[in-house]
Amino acid sequence: MRHIMSRISLGGGAVLAAAAMLFLAHGASAPNTSQPADPQTIAAGKYLVDAGDCVACHTVPGGAPFAGGTVINTPFGKLLGPNLTPDVATGIGGWTDDQFVRAVKYGISRRDHYLYPGLPYIYFNKVPRADILKIRAYLGTLPAVSNRVHADQLPFPFKIRWLMFGWNLLFFKNTGDYQADPGQSAEWNRGAYLVQGLGHCAACHTAKNFLGGDRTGHELQGAVVDGWNAPSLVNDPHTGIAAWSVDDVETYLKTGHNQYADASGDMAEVVSNSTSHLTDADDRAIGVYLKSLAGSAAAALAPIASTDPAMIAGGQIYVDECAACHTGAGTGLPRIFPTLAASPIVQAETPATLLRIVLHGGRSVATTPAPTASAMPAFGGQMTDQEIADVSTYIRNSWGNAAPQVSAGQVSAER
Amino acid sequence: MARKLPRKDVVIIGLGWTGAILAYELSSAGLDVVAIERGPWRDTATDFPPSSAPDELRNVIRLGLFQQPAQSTVTLRNNLNQAALPVRKFGSFTPGNGLGGAGVHWNGMTYRLMESDFNWRTHNEQHYGASAIPDQMTIQDWPLSFQELEPYYDQFEKLAGISGQAGNLQGQIKPGGNPFEGPRSSEYPTPPDRQPYTPTMFAEAATTMGYHPFPIPSGNVSQSYTNPLGVTMGQCSYCGFCDFFGCGNYSKASAQTCVIPALIRQKTFEARMNANVTKINLDSTGKKATSVSYVDDNGEEWEQPADLVLVCAFSFNCVHLLLISGIGMPYDPVAGTGVVGRNYAYQCTSGVTVHFPDKILNPFIAGGAVGMALFDYNGDNFDHTGLGFIGGGVLQACQTGGKPLSQLSSLPGDPTWGSGWKRAVKNNYQTTYALGTQGAVQSYRDACLDLDPTYKDKYGSPLLRMTFDWHDNELKMSAYITGKLAEIGKAMGADQVIPHPRTGPYTVIPYQTTHNTGGAVAGDNPSNSVVNKYMQSWDVPNVFVFGACAFPQNVGFNPTGMVGALACWGADAIKQQYLKNPGPLVAI
Repeated sequence: MRHIMSRISLGGGAVLAAAAMLFLAHGASAPNTSQPADPQTIAAGKYLVDAGDCVACHTVPGGAPFAGGTVINTPFGKLLGPNLTPDVATGIGGWTDDQFVRAVKYGISRRDHYLYPGLPYIYFNKVPRADILKIRAYLGTLPAVSNRVHADQLPFPFKIRWLMFGWNLLFFKNTGDYQADPGQSAEWNRGAYLVQGLGHCAACHTAKNFLGGDRTGHELQGAVVDGWNAPSLVNDPHTGIAAWSVDDVETYLKTGHNQYADASGDMAEVVSNSTSHLTDADDRAIGVYLKSLAGSAAAALAPIASTDPAMIAGGQIYVDECAACHTGAGTGLPRIFPTLAASPIVQAETPATLLRIVLHGGRSVATTPAPTASAMPAFGGQMTDQEIADVSTYIRNSWGNAAPQVSAGQVSAER
Repeated sequence: MARKLPRKDVVIIGLGWTGAILAYELSSAGLDVVAIERGPWRDTATDFPPSSAPDELRNVIRLGLFQQPAQSTVTLRNNLNQAALPVRKFGSFTPGNGLGGAGVHWNGMTYRLMESDFNWRTHNEQHYGASAIPDQMTIQDWPLSFQELEPYYDQFEKLAGISGQAGNLQGQIKPGGNPFEGPRSSEYPTPPDRQPYTPTMFAEAATTMGYHPFPIPSGNVSQSYTNPLGVTMGQCSYCGFCDFFGCGNYSKASAQTCVIPALIRQKTFEARMNANVTKINLDSTGKKATSVSYVDDNGEEWEQPADLVLVCAFSFNCVHLLLISGIGMPYDPVAGTGVVGRNYAYQCTSGVTVHFPDKILNPFIAGGAVGMALFDYNGDNFDHTGLGFIGGGVLQACQTGGKPLSQLSSLPGDPTWGSGWKRAVKNNYQTTYALGTQGAVQSYRDACLDLDPTYKDKYGSPLLRMTFDWHDNELKMSAYITGKLAEIGKAMGADQVIPHPRTGPYTVIPYQTTHNTGGAVAGDNPSNSVVNKYMQSWDVPNVFVFGACAFPQNVGFNPTGMVGALACWGADAIKQQYLKNPGPLVAI
């Protein structure tokens, strides 16, 4: 995922400066050299690279694999995904295994700088060294590409890397390798490892505090990332996956589509790059783990009354513009037109994805088992802010849905 | 000077229904396939969004999705003694252009040929004597049988999600279906479309008259459907913008909605768009194709070598390409020699306007193939003794739409402009309906395609010349079945019933149908055909030709079901037979 930096606020400079002397918390050991890897290790590494969606930040679309240069826009400035090919001068060919592990697991660069958590080391910290070296083994098989990437394009003061020391102190738990819960099944533990570790799901699906760290007690309960809702992955009835079965989660991750949702936006990328390549067992394990998580403490909303003027206006617009595909009952059609009833995206507290898709259109992901990639046309050109607000309010409060009313101002801001 | 590209296993010319099916089947078999398409890439999501696609001015009036005469056109004459002139605006027929071809803007009617259509000449000779077929009528049997093709009809219908009701399921006649169809191995993949008011009235009246109405087998799917390729279609919303339009609801079967999403994931498939194939190149023996030449949209020339060349363009454009490439002997209508261009045929459409002053017909609740049809006057389903013609056509109440520019009804005596016209349109819109026929056209010695001696296209090749007019057989047929349709209109309770049987001469100005057939017909020997039963060129065995150009004569209903089935059948023959032993699949 490319969006972690967009929610990281590099505050607390004084704290960070004071702690600067502890700079090399995870100091490098003596360099060592990789042995040439066997095919099984390389294949396992490729699988882990998929599970971590590394391609999203390290491969320019259409460009050489893992040659870096992918632009990651953040409110603080621009980062570029580094070159991970074996090129010695510009890639990681000259790195030792220890240096590589240290970067992935602890966020410390080869030259002992702090990395920004655009590299999600706070989650990758749970990945065992052995797995990280398999990743390295796979990356070592790629064609070396000379592509010097100046990853840090941030302006002052955010370009002061040691500020990250304090940030780490606050938000990087550094608990080390994932520890299996002996009270849970192997499948559950596998799911937990994928979700908490390489999958770094929390990077998007956990809300951030004002310093950009994960909000304690809100793990996987949803957030807004770069104008998209990353919905709750816990068992919340309206905004989460309470209605989903383990099968539904598995189908969604494997194909990008299920009876409740069709992946679009950034999640389309995740499905395309990552989850669709995982084994059925791993996608299922993720489902088993997520379905075991308790819902949030948030009280369920009551729907806005159908007699509300916005609901009446929105209902009429819905019949004219939406019902042909999404059906009068808001159920959509499986695999092609998403359901609006019981949709977490539709009922998210902030209607980011809903407004974005109504205004600008959208396209679901294509996968081999579900290649259609159906699209939503853009309605921004033919409906006013108020009309879009009303129909959104209607969609969010019909067929058992409940969510806050949408204002014309919210629509205008999203245009 | 053309630049030569690296060799491919297969080059496909044209990426419509047949090209997409062949590309999918052969790339799935591991072959390296390139499709070269004259027009642009057209995608459901980006080119046909339902918020803007139903633009009648752009698509119906300005023919936005179609072959433009500047790209290529045909010249036309009614008989061999006239000088042909170029068609400068397509009217009577509108070939497609771009991804999906004519299968983008079709209505979706997906019939199968009847068993007797396959041995049409023999059948008529046996029933009515050899003298029933005039000397100049050059109809002939197909070189394959309904039974051979049935699994491939089934394959195509399942690919396209066709909505319908079986009339003959494994030999058992099923009520509500078409009892005249050949035995089907399975039901349609989706149930029949729900019928609007007027088709329902039509079917009720027809039933009381002893006819056998059935829901039109429809590519406007009645429910969401996922085909064997994993591609999903959405339920038809009855928007009424099918013919002349691409479907943004993923509801109308097309290459886009049924094949392309799976095809573009094939690693050995490549498409080159806006690239016009100008010639299939042969080796010095003239018996082997080596490459195709094409011109891209920058005007640059390329040569694409390939082991196998599949001609998958629009019906008569395939014939044109064969003629300018010197594949097969050109047909000479005077001498009666040669085969390429022989047996061009068309369809003889007609209609009956019916008016119901007290009803509200809501014509806009519509889909291109949403309607009821009957085959009681099709093929040889009725006794032709003493009628003076052979063949027939489908009678139907098909609710294709109530589009404001092109589908307003008029009655005799209505003013044609001004406030009187407006008043009439207002009165007629909800009360007037057009019932229709699609009549078969037999093939004739003087109905043919060849290269025009005068006019050239922008690449310097002679235009295709079309020589065509109605013959007595078709005009009598049209008068007869249009009369039968009018009787149904009366039985429906219409206060005005106005038949419009087809009259001559043939003209390219009003739209009639894009069911142009023949010119590269299939047959059992090289003296009567261009391709064998597998659609393989008799003369150049590494060239296959797909499309309605293979029809030895036309039928009384839409050809797409047959075109799709032949593509599936040909793909199977290439995979199962040709690849194992490249060469003629039928010994001469």
